[in-house]
Amino acid sequence: MGRLYDRYSSIVYSIALRVLGDTGAAEDVLQEVFLQLWRNPGVFDSSRGNMAAWLAVIARNRAIDSLRKRRPEADIADVVVSVEPDLAGDTERARAMEKIRSVLGDMPAAQRSALEMAYFEGLTHTEISARTGEPLGTVKTRIRAGLLSLRKAFA
Amino acid sequence: MNVHEQFAEDLGLYALGTLQGEERVALERHLEECASCHRELEQLRGDMALLALSTAGPTPPLRARQRLMDAVARESRAHRVPARRWWWAAVPWVVAAALALAAVVFWRQGDRQARRIAELQSESAQQQDQLQRAREIVETLTATDAMRVTLVAAKTPPQPQGKAIYVRDRSSLIFLASNMPALPTQKAYELWLIPPKGAPVPAGVFKPDARGGATVINPPLPTRVEAKAFAITVEPEQGSLSPTMPIVMMGAGE
Repeated sequence: MGRLYDRYSSIVYSIALRVLGDTGAAEDVLQEVFLQLWRNPGVFDSSRGNMAAWLAVIARNRAIDSLRKRRPEADIADVVVSVEPDLAGDTERARAMEKIRSVLGDMPAAQRSALEMAYFEGLTHTEISARTGEPLGTVKTRIRAGLLSLRKAFA
Repeated sequence: MNVHEQFAEDLGLYALGTLQGEERVALERHLEECASCHRELEQLRGDMALLALSTAGPTPPLRARQRLMDAVARESRAHRVPARRWWWAAVPWVVAAALALAAVVFWRQGDRQARRIAELQSESAQQQDQLQRAREIVETLTATDAMRVTLVAAKTPPQPQGKAIYVRDRSSLIFLASNMPALPTQKAYELWLIPPKGAPVPAGVFKPDARGGATVINPPLPTRVEAKAFAITVEPEQGSLSPTMPIVMMGAGE
């Protein structure tokens, strides 16, 4: 557990901190994610994906649940994450991170903002539409196109 | 617009956990039967993971590591068991409750019963020991950082090997494989439970890691189905409902 924590705690903590904006709350998510993994090691099936990517998604979802004061989804074993770049080593992750930041930098402002509201604030497309005054369909399209443009950068 | 395009935008919202109401119900129904949308959902989650990485940088304070290790140590002392084996978890509590009740009754009934309490306590200690041993076995088998080694006769070239351990009454299956040849990206191995009669039952899809190792732990299986043998085929990544020939590995009960 110590080894897994040393390798991946920064990923889990960074995303939780970005979503929650509070170090104490981010530490709670960090604790919860790793304890859950320790209690039930079979919950992550290494044959079905990459652990760094899986932990990043689980941590983001947990942080959003905590932000929006929702009950956490019970079964995280069903969450299968498929990602193209190899994120296992520090070097690969650093390289991927550079690329993602550059894709985000190049993204049209309205698209990036819709994606960030949905991803980091957990807002629904209806809430985003109310906030920006854009039609629901446009918001949906922006969110999906934003997610896809990240994947394209690694194709 | 075909049906997948219709769901494409909803899939993004679903991956983010913000799709609600009827749209969510309709999409979940579609996902149950559409492998391609399922695959797209997994990829959208991959995109989410990439976005999470854009925040990487901050490291948690040292106290967070200590806090986790303290919690792990506390739970170890409390004889933690995996969540799926909840009935094991209940054993110490049931024994403790029985002991408490017994203590009240026996206190009134004198020395003879006091000896019985001692016996019960000894039984309880034995059960705790058994529980601890079972927990250690499960933890070792399922540890994500476990080293898995297959020993064969010296000078034998490495062969693909799989070991399935199946308990029918609990529908519990543990499968460990080693030296499995790598597969093309869109393919995966699928494990099949072969019943004495009827069609093979899917028992988990897996891809070997870089060293050819893989595990399948408690895949969803029908209740108490009898197994004559287990087999492995190569299937599309999302798995199939019936095996695609040829069978690449097979074994019957020992």
